[in-house]
Amino acid sequence: MLTFSSIKNRVIEHPIKKSNLITITTCLLLLSACGSDNNSVVEPPPPPPEPAEYSYSVTVTNLTYAQPLSPVAIVLHNDSKMWMTGEASSQALEKLAESGDNSDFISDSNALASNSGEDVVIPGLASTIEVSTTDRNATFFTAATMLVNTNDAFTGLTGVDISTMAIDDVKSWNLNVYDSGTEANSEAMGTIPGPADGGIGFDETRNDVDFVALHSGVVSQDDGLSSSILTQAHRFDNPAIKLSITRTK
Amino acid sequence: MKTTSKRINALLGASAMIFASSTAMAQDMSITVTNLTQGLHFTPILTSAHTSDTQMFMSGEAATAEIQMMAEGGDISGLVSMLGNADANNSENPAAGLLAPGMSTTYTLTNDSANTHLSMVTMILPSNDGFVGLDSWEIPTEAGTYTINLNAYDAGTEANNELVNGGGAPGVLGIPAAPGGDSGTNGMGVTDTESNTMVHIHRGNLGDDDMDGGKSDLNNSIHRWLNPVAKLTITIQ
Repeated sequence: MLTFSSIKNRVIEHPIKKSNLITITTCLLLLSACGSDNNSVVEPPPPPPEPAEYSYSVTVTNLTYAQPLSPVAIVLHNDSKMWMTGEASSQALEKLAESGDNSDFISDSNALASNSGEDVVIPGLASTIEVSTTDRNATFFTAATMLVNTNDAFTGLTGVDISTMAIDDVKSWNLNVYDSGTEANSEAMGTIPGPADGGIGFDETRNDVDFVALHSGVVSQDDGLSSSILTQAHRFDNPAIKLSITRTK
Repeated sequence: MKTTSKRINALLGASAMIFASSTAMAQDMSITVTNLTQGLHFTPILTSAHTSDTQMFMSGEAATAEIQMMAEGGDISGLVSMLGNADANNSENPAAGLLAPGMSTTYTLTNDSANTHLSMVTMILPSNDGFVGLDSWEIPTEAGTYTINLNAYDAGTEANNELVNGGGAPGVLGIPAAPGGDSGTNGMGVTDTESNTMVHIHRGNLGDDDMDGGKSDLNNSIHRWLNPVAKLTITIQ
């Protein structure tokens, strides 16, 4: 094929040589020779390469005593953070942290790929979520989940560079608990969506410091907050989860 | 390709040797301290690059008078003087006052070749003698960004009575201030003893939900914490 096109080009590029019988003859001879020699090995042009697929498996283990975790949100995106210490929470994160509903969070406009765990992660158990993409820009990783027996506590990590992960590489972390800063930690009856209360989750009113930082822990009625619906069992410490990510493809 | 990668390896090897031989050279550091809490203030921060023989504080050892001044009242002048005598490179009070909850402050520090270790302290308000500490982190010779989570220590020099009464001078019982304006009054006092007189990991504030009375003047929904309480991000050029 290459031989053919180079000869053809030569003829077209140098029309003056058309008069040169020797050249033309040589070309034709070469052409036919090439064709017959290659008959047995001619193959159709290779199909365009399929876009590379990047797949990851994320496992979250609940290390707490009595804080179920809302379905874990996984987002792949370009270089950015989905929250920052000292900055106000997005409304999508507020919804996740107050109610456990991650639907807005995983459909963030910066998300290049995302997925959600199917179920609540019970203390002591683990949940594994897969996420795949062909987008080569999806090189940063975010995970988030609510501690549901709280007002607005969540844990996870955001904006982690996974661009250098090779297939079967594993990274893991023990992670601390954040407070979205969007709802006062009243621990009051009716304000906590988890089984300790069954109260209201998301409320767009912001009656707290309105910036994300680490959580100071729940106090509970047993430890001196008389208006709390929580007991000593709902207290937690850092770290609250173990998270590991494996590149599978 | 093989030749290229060999060449790259050779270059990397050469640069690694340059790094290795640069251990005794001064380094420029850009340092960010982030207050990871939602309810605690940090007093003026002191960061120091010093020799491996110098220490600002040490867990399990009694606090020096200089650490006591810092941990009970936020006064870093004693430490600055002590470290100055030890030819340390100091950065004093980069936030020009208090570092509020959730806030960060960024500053630069260049160390002399002998000052191979980095330490940092800042008092936690409101607390009796709680402070955030980094003790003698060996400064890497390799350029890059390093992140360190910091815990809260108790200087072991004052009983954690949790009464906000302006007591910030060394040896004076009480908390100098609650800068958030969110503390109570007329507490009875949580305790009047400090049985562990060594520097140790702070057990945290207790607080209560009674703003006028109770055991503590601190608020148990605002002034408690879990470690870590601060993050140090160090970029070495």
